[in-house]
Amino acid sequence: MSILNSKIPEGPLAEKWSRHKAAIKVVSPANKRKLDVIVVGTGLAGGSAAASLAELGYNVHAFCYQDSPRRAHSIAAQGGINAAKNYQNDNDSIYRLFYDTIKGGDYRAREANVYRLAEVSPNIIDQCVAQGVPFGREYGGTLANRSFGGVLVSRTFYARGQTGQQLLLGCYAAMNRQIAKGSIKMYTRHEMLDIVKIDGKARGIIARDMTTGEIKRFGGHAVVIASGGYGNVFFLSTNAMGCNGSASWVAYKRGAYFGNPCFVQIHPTCIPVHGDQQSKLTLMSESLRNDGRVWTPKKKEDAVKLQKGEIGPNDIADEDRDFYLERRYPSYGNLVPRDVASRAAKERCDAGFGVNNTGKAVFLDFKYAIQRLGEDVIKARYGNLFQMYEKITDVDPYKEPMMIYPAIHYSMGGTWVDYNLMTTVPGLYSIGEANFSDHGANRLGASALMQGLADGYFVLPYTIGDYLADEIMTPKVDTNAPEFEAVEKEVVGRLEKLFNIKGKNSVDHFHKQLGHIMWDKVGMSRNEQGLKEAIEEIKALRAEFWKDVFIPGEMNTLNPELEKAARVADFLELGELMARDALDRNESCGGHYREESTTEEGEAKRDDENFVYVSAWEYKGDDQEPTLHKEDLIFENVKLVQRSYK
Amino acid sequence: MADVILKKIYVKVWRQSSPSDKGRFETYEVENVSQGSSFLEMMDILNEKLVGEGKEPIAFDHDCREGICGMCSLYINGRPHGPDTEITTCQLHMRKFSEGETITVEPWRAGAFPVIKDLIVDRDAFEKILQSGGFVSVNTGGVPDGNAIPVSYEDAEEAMDAAACIGCGACVSACKNSSAMLFVSAKVSHLAKLPQGRVEAKKRARNMVAKMDELGFGGCTNTGACEVECPKAISISNIARLNREYLLAKISE
Repeated sequence: MSILNSKIPEGPLAEKWSRHKAAIKVVSPANKRKLDVIVVGTGLAGGSAAASLAELGYNVHAFCYQDSPRRAHSIAAQGGINAAKNYQNDNDSIYRLFYDTIKGGDYRAREANVYRLAEVSPNIIDQCVAQGVPFGREYGGTLANRSFGGVLVSRTFYARGQTGQQLLLGCYAAMNRQIAKGSIKMYTRHEMLDIVKIDGKARGIIARDMTTGEIKRFGGHAVVIASGGYGNVFFLSTNAMGCNGSASWVAYKRGAYFGNPCFVQIHPTCIPVHGDQQSKLTLMSESLRNDGRVWTPKKKEDAVKLQKGEIGPNDIADEDRDFYLERRYPSYGNLVPRDVASRAAKERCDAGFGVNNTGKAVFLDFKYAIQRLGEDVIKARYGNLFQMYEKITDVDPYKEPMMIYPAIHYSMGGTWVDYNLMTTVPGLYSIGEANFSDHGANRLGASALMQGLADGYFVLPYTIGDYLADEIMTPKVDTNAPEFEAVEKEVVGRLEKLFNIKGKNSVDHFHKQLGHIMWDKVGMSRNEQGLKEAIEEIKALRAEFWKDVFIPGEMNTLNPELEKAARVADFLELGELMARDALDRNESCGGHYREESTTEEGEAKRDDENFVYVSAWEYKGDDQEPTLHKEDLIFENVKLVQRSYK
Repeated sequence: MADVILKKIYVKVWRQSSPSDKGRFETYEVENVSQGSSFLEMMDILNEKLVGEGKEPIAFDHDCREGICGMCSLYINGRPHGPDTEITTCQLHMRKFSEGETITVEPWRAGAFPVIKDLIVDRDAFEKILQSGGFVSVNTGGVPDGNAIPVSYEDAEEAMDAAACIGCGACVSACKNSSAMLFVSAKVSHLAKLPQGRVEAKKRARNMVAKMDELGFGGCTNTGACEVECPKAISISNIARLNREYLLAKISE
């Protein structure tokens, strides 16, 4: 039924990747030198891919919008990275990591991709150690592990609360070595605005030099999108201010299908919104749930007093505290997966038991862990997170519980890719958070870093060779070709159009409104009516934006408002596709919760009769409805069961 | 979370339209800022106001807004990252300021970090220093098992202390000599403390120091200002280790 070919190799699950590697083509060193690869984005996925491809001998051209690859938002990942090392002798294995990831993703990811992810995970740790990543150690000198939500083994490697930073600095260092050698040409403060296809294949990009405003053309034999997720469609999220969905969005508009756009992750432990001046939300690492206990007051009157500031959390006796995760999910307790923990917090707050002056927060309490382990141990584990919390909120979490609330954090959805990580456009690849492939409907903690580095270090460098082996006779791409001319003209035309609206409202004005629509109707809890309204409201807002946005300054200089406008223009289209996808998927799975599909106990109810597929949306034109293609997910190894963490 | 509102404050900001522009200070009023807001949220409010008046907003670097990416780089009231300790500009909150106050905001001040526009500076010199040796020369693949390289708990912790550097440049900006010694020493120390980094330790120290000198950063005169202003509390004992590593490298030439 499907026109999508996922190219999953034949054979038993555990042999697919080995068999595939043996079967795919390899490019000779002499020919690699003749091939240019463009990598857009330099976080963990893009950075590791750029470095590895350059080490292999390809000419890499890497792009990032920041002033250095080291700033990419992978850097903000705190808690850790999973790997099936079984160093703890707790019966971990590649199969168990695979199984946990499939189950955690609520059976909406491909078995073969996830197995490969688990299979290469031990190599990632070895690689990072060799680079000098200062992972936490035991006193005997071996690597330390911690446990994380949604699993029963201890397989998470960490560098204090700065694991993402240290892993990124590792691949950034590997990149720096190649930049010095000239095998990576690094373009910082450059933003990709479009993709150029020649004879149906991706052959280059159009980018804007953000310092000078100059529009430039870059040619390549393949283009790799590694631009991260699109959580900022919600305006408020834990993403960095500059994170955007535009690279994936132009890929979509140039023919790459968009997979599962409605699957976004809402992280349960973020610092709550303080008011309408808020610009972004700060995550508190999930690792805190290892030692923190989540609670709200048992009595509504206590919640009201807390909201009014009449009493503090320490005034509430233990017996009057409702440790609702431990109550509802006795076997996993505070370590249930993110989607479950987020919804449980929302349920308590909606029922009137929330705290903070907004009523939209719950407590994460370390009192019990400090009593059990002492303040020194807690400080050693989470010191920097506690410091961050105190700087932002002016509350000392050693003395008073933290207040937390869910926030948009990660996009499981993204560009549809086959087993080779190639999109539906030949020569166009998508890796890391930018693709849809490994996390299904929900990502487990400490798995984003794993996927980014798996794709960049150990998957793409192999699979891209299979495509490039047929390109060795293709000469250097001529950026004077008419195809480049045409796309550049479109890009400039769009920027000029935006710039010349000269309306009355700022970009943020529209972005905030979009965020409200998304959070209210395409957020943690979704229903048919709300989604239909969201589609119409986003359309109307988009029309208003194109009539009334105001961009000051000049086009051909450094102009942050113009950068934001181009990104928000794309979000105004992407938001609609997310709502359409959420409307189509009338089941609750992972981070996607449809009010129409719940059990009698109010838990999410998956519908395996009708929805065991990846939705892959095809762009049909600006004013056309997109076409939905379905890739059926085939489970040969895992039996689908309703996820239970009770 | 405190919700005190600052009814009016004044922000005196460095405006410079391009690298060649001479630049000047301009003072703006900002009204109704919550003390629970971050400093950059206050800048957002000011910029929204400027856009509303049809004026060009103030350009400043920022990204993660949670103190880890190292992009934000404002010199506030005479201090890199403003009047608090162990934070970046994006973590600075308005509760550190009072009603009616005039806040002076400048870009990083160092010859090696030229201004691009307003408060944005070019920190490419840091990139060049790291490209000259801030890595372990291993390719992807073909490395031993992670536990085949034991590292003592203490060494790992010390390496991590140094590796926590976010490359923001506050150390350079704080230094009267615009020295990059804290930045360079953090990277050299991080790798020098680990067996993986020892193999190339001499070459690394030599190359990174030579590059730092070549790019126009000043020398270190041990004033310690860098350590005081570093948002990640990187210790100047790293500079001592860099000096030791450098000396070892030079005498073995």
